[in-house]
Amino acid sequence: MTDVAVDISNVTKMYGSFTALKDVSLAIQDNEFFTLLGPSGCGKTTLLRTIAGFEDITKGAIRLYGDNIADLPPNKRPVNTVFQQYALFPHMNVTDNVKFGLLRLGQDEATASARVGEVLELVQLTQFADRLPSQLSGGQQQRVALARALAPNPKVLLLDEPLSALDLKLRQAVRLELQQIQHETGITFIFVTHDQEEALTMSDRIAVIADGRLQQVGSAREIYEAPSNKFVADFIGETNLIDVTVTDISNGNATCTLPSGATFTCPAADGAQKGAGHLSVRPERVAMTKPAKSLLQGKASRQIYLGTDMHVEVTLDDQEVVTVRVQNSETTHIPSIGETVGLNFEAGAARLLVD
Amino acid sequence: MAKKLDIRRFPGFLPVTYLCLFLLYAPLIIVMIYSFNDSNSITNWGGLSLRWYVDVFWGVESEKFKTAAMNSLLIAVAAAITSTSIATMAATAMLRAGKFRGKSIGFALINLPLMVPEIVTAVALLIFFSMIGFTTGYLTILLAHIVFCIPFAYLPIAARMQSIEEVYEQAALDLYASRLDAFRLILLPLMTPGIISGFLLAFIISLDDFIITNFVKGAGIETLPTAIFGAVKQGIKPNIMAISTLLLLVSVVFVTLSYLVGRMGQNKK
Repeated sequence: MTDVAVDISNVTKMYGSFTALKDVSLAIQDNEFFTLLGPSGCGKTTLLRTIAGFEDITKGAIRLYGDNIADLPPNKRPVNTVFQQYALFPHMNVTDNVKFGLLRLGQDEATASARVGEVLELVQLTQFADRLPSQLSGGQQQRVALARALAPNPKVLLLDEPLSALDLKLRQAVRLELQQIQHETGITFIFVTHDQEEALTMSDRIAVIADGRLQQVGSAREIYEAPSNKFVADFIGETNLIDVTVTDISNGNATCTLPSGATFTCPAADGAQKGAGHLSVRPERVAMTKPAKSLLQGKASRQIYLGTDMHVEVTLDDQEVVTVRVQNSETTHIPSIGETVGLNFEAGAARLLVD
Repeated sequence: MAKKLDIRRFPGFLPVTYLCLFLLYAPLIIVMIYSFNDSNSITNWGGLSLRWYVDVFWGVESEKFKTAAMNSLLIAVAAAITSTSIATMAATAMLRAGKFRGKSIGFALINLPLMVPEIVTAVALLIFFSMIGFTTGYLTILLAHIVFCIPFAYLPIAARMQSIEEVYEQAALDLYASRLDAFRLILLPLMTPGIISGFLLAFIISLDDFIITNFVKGAGIETLPTAIFGAVKQGIKPNIMAISTLLLLVSVVFVTLSYLVGRMGQNKK
């Protein structure tokens, strides 16, 4: 049991009659980079704030290495937060900001100063120790916020969309840095984001949340390649949702009828049922061929240029649109608008979802 | 297009502006100029001199004015300190206690004294003090001043506090600070410009007050405004202009300070 860092069991959070979290249960492992991913307003930040202690929960329990912390105030919980707007104390310099938590824990000045030196080195800000937050760039402020939260050596570090205020290039660099720091410190990170790319590249495991409910928990590969429901498939990356009629499900495989009338067998998500359903096929896993030998047929209706790749939208006979991703190279044949094309994908590329 | 919509291009803009400025400031400027008059008359110009300033500080009536000024100063300092402390606590409760029953009533009660006609407050206070058997004197003046200074101190303090996001205090709590530490080490320093601004405003409001003071002051106790009024009743002498000019100067300095401190705090943010 000790290898579970944060155990969230059956947590429900109500604001008046609005339910922000519905019966969420989640076990976050020790030394894990765990991401809460979902669209804005889905409850991911609320969940993080219940762990930090800024929101109390209506029902359920939150255990930190076995101890129930749900009723403790934030200053009694051995977790620290990196806030979205950083919340650096504007009247204190970098050193005093980082030292704040250490002094409140009762460390003496010398011990605290030594620790400040350590963490500033970790985030490479040693030469900025005397600056005020307003004299730092956004990226530097973000690192101070990280250093301040890491300094007291929390059991769990909570990060509330800490990269959302940075520009793209910086965000990509900081992602790697954050991962590196998580490895070096061995502290459990719980990271909140609405950016799926961020989640996929950084996390050991991801929990996808929508409407206050947990949708799926798994590694980046699992949730991308084996989404359990329509929401997850649609939210993580891009996907084609193809209407099918499921005729049989056995041993985790579904046999279904495609819009073209062809019969197709592919893996099914747990809980998928017979009848009308949706197949998820990623645009990069769909191939264009001659119509005669294909699963689906349609007319190319739109081309979208993406730089390295190109999206070709193919409108099927029943007016459904399937997107195909093809590499931009001189050898690939890009169908012109109106050209009839056939679409093929392998059984492993498709997945029957729970609606 | 934008230039045509500019308010400076509206017909009559300049004359109206000058008229307003003239009405506002002409009397003040005349008083200031005539305070340097070398004549015994308040209307005839007799050349430039500082004799009325000398008269204020060393003349026959100087003792009376000095005592009054000292009273005004002490009362203003005490009233400003007390009302600023109360206003700071009120603002903390209003803006940091979340939603609570009676919040809007509380807000109204804090700010109502701004709307109540001063004469009503004055009469009410006088009746109240005599009903509870307080002898009018320093204490009644001080209590009255504390009361009407609270909303003036409250406004800049609350405005400042409103601009400080709660996330700073949350960060402090997250970093193991007690609630008191979060207030003492984070919220209070961030609020300092607002508090200083509120203090200065309360100070000047107390220093300038006449109506309420005149009602609740005891016999023989004068503040500067009541002393000036008393002197004027016996006929305006040019020394009144000198005192008025000095008082005006003090007011302008304090209001400017209050404004600058408030603005400085905002720039830092």
